[in-house]
Amino acid sequence: MTKQSQDLIDRLAREARKGRVSRREFMHHSIVAGLTATTAAGLWTSKVAAQTPSRGGTFRVAQHDGNTADQHDPGLYQSNFEIAYTHTVRAFLTMINPDGTLGPDVASEWSATPDAMEWTFKINDRATFHNGKKVTTADVVASMNHHRGDASTSAAKALLASVEDLVDNGDGTVTFKLSAPNADLPWIMPDYHLAILPDNGDGTIDWQSGFGCGPYKMVDLEFGVGGRFVRHDDWHGEGAYFDEVEFLVINDPNARQTALITGDVDAASLLENKTLALLGRHPDVEIDNVSSAQCITMPMHVDVAPFDNLDVRMALKLAINREELVEKITFGAATIGNDFHHSPAMPYFPSEIPQREYDPDKAKWHLQQAGIEGLSVDFSTADSITTGAVDAAILYAEHAKAAGININVVREPNDSYWADVWLVKPWCMVTWGARPTPDVMYTLAYKDDADWNESHWKNPRFNELLLQAKAELDDAKRAGMYHEMGMLMRDDGGTVIPYFPNFVYGRRANVNHIGQLSPAWQMDGYRHASRWWFA
Amino acid sequence: MKDILGLVAKRLGLGLVTLLVVSVLIFFAVELLPGDIAQAVLGQMATEETLAKLREEMGLERPAVVRYLDWLAGAVTGDFGTSLIDGEAVTAKITDRFINTLFLAAYSAAIAVPFAITLGIIVALLRNSIFDRVANVVTLTSISSPEFFLGYILILYLAVKWSMFPAIASLSSGMTFLELLERTFLPALTLVLVVTAHMMRMTRAAIINLLASPYIEMARLKGAPPWKVIVRHALPNAWAPIINVVALNLAYLVTGVVLVEVVFVYPGIGQLLVDAVAKRDFPIVQACCLIFAATFILLNLAADVGAILTNPRLRHPK
Repeated sequence: MTKQSQDLIDRLAREARKGRVSRREFMHHSIVAGLTATTAAGLWTSKVAAQTPSRGGTFRVAQHDGNTADQHDPGLYQSNFEIAYTHTVRAFLTMINPDGTLGPDVASEWSATPDAMEWTFKINDRATFHNGKKVTTADVVASMNHHRGDASTSAAKALLASVEDLVDNGDGTVTFKLSAPNADLPWIMPDYHLAILPDNGDGTIDWQSGFGCGPYKMVDLEFGVGGRFVRHDDWHGEGAYFDEVEFLVINDPNARQTALITGDVDAASLLENKTLALLGRHPDVEIDNVSSAQCITMPMHVDVAPFDNLDVRMALKLAINREELVEKITFGAATIGNDFHHSPAMPYFPSEIPQREYDPDKAKWHLQQAGIEGLSVDFSTADSITTGAVDAAILYAEHAKAAGININVVREPNDSYWADVWLVKPWCMVTWGARPTPDVMYTLAYKDDADWNESHWKNPRFNELLLQAKAELDDAKRAGMYHEMGMLMRDDGGTVIPYFPNFVYGRRANVNHIGQLSPAWQMDGYRHASRWWFA
Repeated sequence: MKDILGLVAKRLGLGLVTLLVVSVLIFFAVELLPGDIAQAVLGQMATEETLAKLREEMGLERPAVVRYLDWLAGAVTGDFGTSLIDGEAVTAKITDRFINTLFLAAYSAAIAVPFAITLGIIVALLRNSIFDRVANVVTLTSISSPEFFLGYILILYLAVKWSMFPAIASLSSGMTFLELLERTFLPALTLVLVVTAHMMRMTRAAIINLLASPYIEMARLKGAPPWKVIVRHALPNAWAPIINVVALNLAYLVTGVVLVEVVFVYPGIGQLLVDAVAKRDFPIVQACCLIFAATFILLNLAADVGAILTNPRLRHPK
């Protein structure tokens, strides 16, 4: 490299560190200066992105899905604003790291008995609530009990169903005693419902006041409008670089995008896929497109004709062109599905399972095997499931025509879809949020006796493996089990899985992160407030 | 004057009856919506067990009529109940939002009403000229476009391309009045564009209608200049229909702005109502709808009183 181009690159890196040059511009100019794209990308990582985070500033975020009906009870959390709020103000026993591994939060360490029947969590003695009170084991027990027992209205009840007893050991540790082994219990703890809140002294928790032991303290909050937060100086974690954080509820996707472009906000959640290509050209805007474990499923009730016939299920699985759906419905911002509910963003992903392709001829053959001619089935969907849900269903119906299958797309009302269509109609479209591990996902929706076994699929071998894997603390053995379960679900299950939608969000070019983003939720697992910083 | 007071009293009485009817309609309309608040709150993650528990906590297992009468008994004494979701008092939840809505409505009206009436007078004066045609086409185009579209166009040019005004009208405490006016200028302008045409065209039509009257001809014959003929002679007799249309549009500024609120992220009452309907939070839906109904009733009353006061024949009946 000539001295001249070396100077140019040094200057570029300097400007980039100040946030005046975006990654795209950096790449462009470096390549012009004679570097290869790979070297330029490497330089960006080592010279620019690897800088130490600086503290300060007010971080303003445009947040989607905020309602005036949002509230503080962690058991009833549902909207994205509530989830963003809880990750900013409250804390959990463990957390999902940016690289997708599990890390400490309120619990500094944890261990299990060899049979995975008991888990003991040690509470970080630095963890402090915003009112100055230290987090105690009693707080942890009360916080978990909020989601257990007959009186609980919590949506997380099913998650903790196998917890039989919680024991405060009196030495700063809490033991979870389970009714069945569960090697994944620490992975359940970052669930957004399971926030650690102060005990009222009578075993109930104080969720009403809206504070917690997280990185930021609430100063102002109006649900459906927004909130203002300042750094909690006694926070037990790393990060919280911004002095102040402001969330602004902007439910209109266009308004979020405009606010990001005009600089009225520093970051915006959930950008629209169809405008990504255009938005990406803006010099002051950076887009983060993160593959996730969110999932679109199309469960058929396998105990209802014609779906009780394996050949019919196979025909429907072969009659969908997943690539085209990813390309046309999500504009490429999705990971292709393979009919088993285990995303590459989850641990233990079995990457050797062959991808199922669109094959209308083979689908026809399966229908012949089933002795069905001119299969015609109703498929329920609704606009609110995912962006382009109805379009996706219609596109699928077009693909299926080539296999001689008539899919009749039924557009259901958005209201009460979860009450009147899901688990009721024999074939419908469903969206699942990201779950941390395959065990959590399979237990929720594919275990034979699960409340939400949406396909009524009861494969004995699958269920046997599910229970074995829960008790298996050896990672290699578990991975093998999840491989076999994936194969079973792919080839015998009742669910067509077209794709796993990505998390897509944006930030101003002067907002930095380490370059790796948690796949748990939008906005770096909604830990943007504590993990990102201003250049 | 006594007659007017009598009329006001009578109309207010009728208004109360209307509000009662509205409250019944709203309550049962919310009941008819599929799903209930427990389902809306728990969503996809609902189980029979948690649903039952939540319904019990919210008192939903009582019959609808009992719940309505319960609410009514409170409302009569001025207690509009508490939100079913977080138990906060409805009045506390609504007050700030309603003040914001009123502010935006007043801001838009302060621009739109004088502007529309002046424009109406000018186009009546210059009727059938190019100016008249252009003014009609422009205002009719803006009233025919959906508000969110007008909003997006204004954002595109005035906020994104030319950076003259902020794109979002979010409010924060400690804003000065001037900052507030600047922040909320684009939503106000959108509303101005939406309501101008109606008022302007009514002013124009009412004046042109009168221009054929003999007394206008008399004014012309005595040599009064055209603008004086219109402002001094025609306008005073045209007020009644104009006031009616203005009242109607003012009511619209309070009750019909939800799209503008969404596009500009303005924390008004429309968004609150939409959220409450989505969650089936009946006390809030009820309170918002009653506020809207009362706005219509009061503005209509004001229009009638205004029409009487500007008409000497009605003011001094024989």
